[in-house]
Amino acid sequence: MSISITVNGEPRQYPEGTVLTTVIGELVTPGSRFAVEINREIVPRSQHGDYRLRPDDQLEIVTAIGGG
Amino acid sequence: MTGDSPLKIGERRFHSRLLVGTGKYRDLEQTRQAIEASGAEIVTVAIRRTNIGQMPGEPNLLDVIPPDKYTLLPNTAGCYNVEDAVRTCRLARELLDGHTLVKLEVLGDEKTLFPDIPATLAAAEILVGEGFEVMVYTNDDPIVARRLEEMGCVAVMPLAAPIGSGLGIRNPYNIHFIVEQAKVPIIVDAGVGTASDAAVAMELGVDGVLMNTAIAEARDPVLMASAMRKAIEAGREAFLAGRMPRKRYGSASSPVGGVIGD
Repeated sequence: MSISITVNGEPRQYPEGTVLTTVIGELVTPGSRFAVEINREIVPRSQHGDYRLRPDDQLEIVTAIGGG
Repeated sequence: MTGDSPLKIGERRFHSRLLVGTGKYRDLEQTRQAIEASGAEIVTVAIRRTNIGQMPGEPNLLDVIPPDKYTLLPNTAGCYNVEDAVRTCRLARELLDGHTLVKLEVLGDEKTLFPDIPATLAAAEILVGEGFEVMVYTNDDPIVARRLEEMGCVAVMPLAAPIGSGLGIRNPYNIHFIVEQAKVPIIVDAGVGTASDAAVAMELGVDGVLMNTAIAEARDPVLMASAMRKAIEAGREAFLAGRMPRKRYGSASSPVGGVIGD
């Protein structure tokens, strides 16, 4: 069974029960700094391994870029 | 500079009174060189969605402005409402391992980039309540500046002119009023176009100047960064020295007597 979520506004499909760290491993450059919000709530780094994706989760994965 | 006290923001102390942004540079190497030349210790960054599918090994901004060397000031640029600004600050705190210093800006208009003051006040209240140290971008209204200070913002940052406009200090009298009444640092944020603008701001008695475009869009950004560093120092020294009174008529600098042929 696969579920639909969105990551940074793009729809994606994952098997039910997928852990957040799996998504991060797939989409984020290793060694880079990032922060994750799911459904408008921060998910602290220490909890990434425990978070299992639920249908319609809205993920935002952000980093620091140039700005003023 | 000899005899000057450090710039104190919350419990942090800085020797440089020039704060710089990291946007609009040609590449990260130019960003690094310009920031180095500016002597800035506080450097702003934006918080944005990661580029999914980014090439491994692609250079990262935080590699050229490492958080152990600079005080990073994540901003809420591009946020037009309270919720987006607050969420962005929370993400920044998570991203930077609990770092609480943020630059709050809530914009109200895409054309002028003027701040939405009611939204700025509302967001500042939430963020201060959540333990953030808020440096807040605002207009040059002394009453709003006072309110933001009373709410617990650690620095108030009035604009000199619209963001990225390079128009210079449009209302020096208001900036002066804001400085006169303030007990927290006042930092001119936005509108500076060239070195003399930065010096004028510092001569008004502001505690620092934050700029990005004036450096990044100069023909030679690294040289302009160096010019800005000197202008900030010159303006600060001139403010501390106290300028001479203005006079309407000439006043000879050389002794009047003893001229040959007298």
